[in-house]
Amino acid sequence: MHYARPSSIEEATRLLAEAKGNAFVLAGGSDLLVGMKSGFVEPDLIVDIKTIGGLGEIEKSEEGFRIGAAVPCSVMGESSDLKKAWPGVVEAANLIGSKQVQGRCTIVGNLCNASPAADSVPALVAAGAKAVVAGPGNRRTIAIEDVTTGPGKTSLGKGEIIEAVLLGNRPARSADAYLRFIPRTEMDIAVVSAGVNLTLDGAGVVQTARVALGAVAPTVLLVAGAAEAIIGTKLDDEALDKLRAACSAACRPIDDKRGTVHFRKKVAGVLAERAAKIAYERAGEE
Amino acid sequence: MSSVAVTTTINGDEVEFLCQSEETLLDVLRDRLGMTGTKEGCGTGDCGACSVIVDDRLVCSCLVLGAEAEGSRIETIEGMASGDTLHPLQTKFLEHAALQCGVCTPGFLLAAKDLLEKNPDPTEEEIRFGLAGNLCRCTGYDKIVRAVQDAASEMKGA
Repeated sequence: MHYARPSSIEEATRLLAEAKGNAFVLAGGSDLLVGMKSGFVEPDLIVDIKTIGGLGEIEKSEEGFRIGAAVPCSVMGESSDLKKAWPGVVEAANLIGSKQVQGRCTIVGNLCNASPAADSVPALVAAGAKAVVAGPGNRRTIAIEDVTTGPGKTSLGKGEIIEAVLLGNRPARSADAYLRFIPRTEMDIAVVSAGVNLTLDGAGVVQTARVALGAVAPTVLLVAGAAEAIIGTKLDDEALDKLRAACSAACRPIDDKRGTVHFRKKVAGVLAERAAKIAYERAGEE
Repeated sequence: MSSVAVTTTINGDEVEFLCQSEETLLDVLRDRLGMTGTKEGCGTGDCGACSVIVDDRLVCSCLVLGAEAEGSRIETIEGMASGDTLHPLQTKFLEHAALQCGVCTPGFLLAAKDLLEKNPDPTEEEIRFGLAGNLCRCTGYDKIVRAVQDAASEMKGA
């Protein structure tokens, strides 16, 4: 195996594009090294992207936030600007693993690992976040929901790297929230999860909303019907009933030792309702 | 197989080593540098026994490649005491009998040190959450939590 530490994204994409055999990007390594240890992956090349300029930073501009692919989740939690603008994204990122893992793991890694139960992904999808994909000689920006195509699978081509996640600026009275169900109090894999992002008008009526569910389908689901159920409302009981029903209907979960199909469908609705209420309250506080 | 030459700082000393590119920092510390204070539990980042501090971040050294240590600043359990003087956390772990078999202890001590550096006056809940990445199968955790609380109050007074 060869370990490479390129200093530019161009060099990194070239190395990956020209690699023969199994090539992997290394940022936090909290999935890659576990895979190597347990023999699931045998890399011929590892491209460590942490020394590439800008990838380790959170940049704030007029357009919003740019979170570099090598930014550990703990650093997101330490950014008060990011937390204020996107509390749901940050709380999701900070639910991943222990403190030791937090200091290394990244949201781009979480996304590219492509687990249906990834914690940060429903929050990013609800937030309408985008991924900046760098490839040999090109760069494109795609919606987060277009990155994963199935468990462990992404739409990235050979040589492509996600170099950053973009989160837009917030209109006033906007907020997001993320919740997951796990049988323990922490450090577990989501059985079901929900991210809700919304913007209110001055009277507290939901103007725009996005609702995303995790661990209930091969990829994270963006549930348009759930968003429609609460747009134009103040989250009254009727709207919340429709939100729950839309979420449960959208789920295509598996039955496994962590949760049955019936349980996951029901809990998806419950979590989406609770997350919507938290986001609503946060948006009203501004 | 290709070797990587790495220059890093461990407990304040500049250290150079050669390692295989797939070798973890944990294996480098233990097998190449003879620093066996850092323990291997699970080897997959779940138990925290191999915790070290790299550039002021608590990490599992089993989830870091040795090659990644280039240019970084590493703190291990071997650097926690100053000569014969134990760190207050080490003293309090002894006083409270916050260890039995001892395999988890170096990881707990570094995790607790990192916690108190960032939050010198943690609540019991913050201590329990802060140390949740470290597993102990002997003590039942209560003695560890008491030791950290006691060390925190002593260090504040110091």
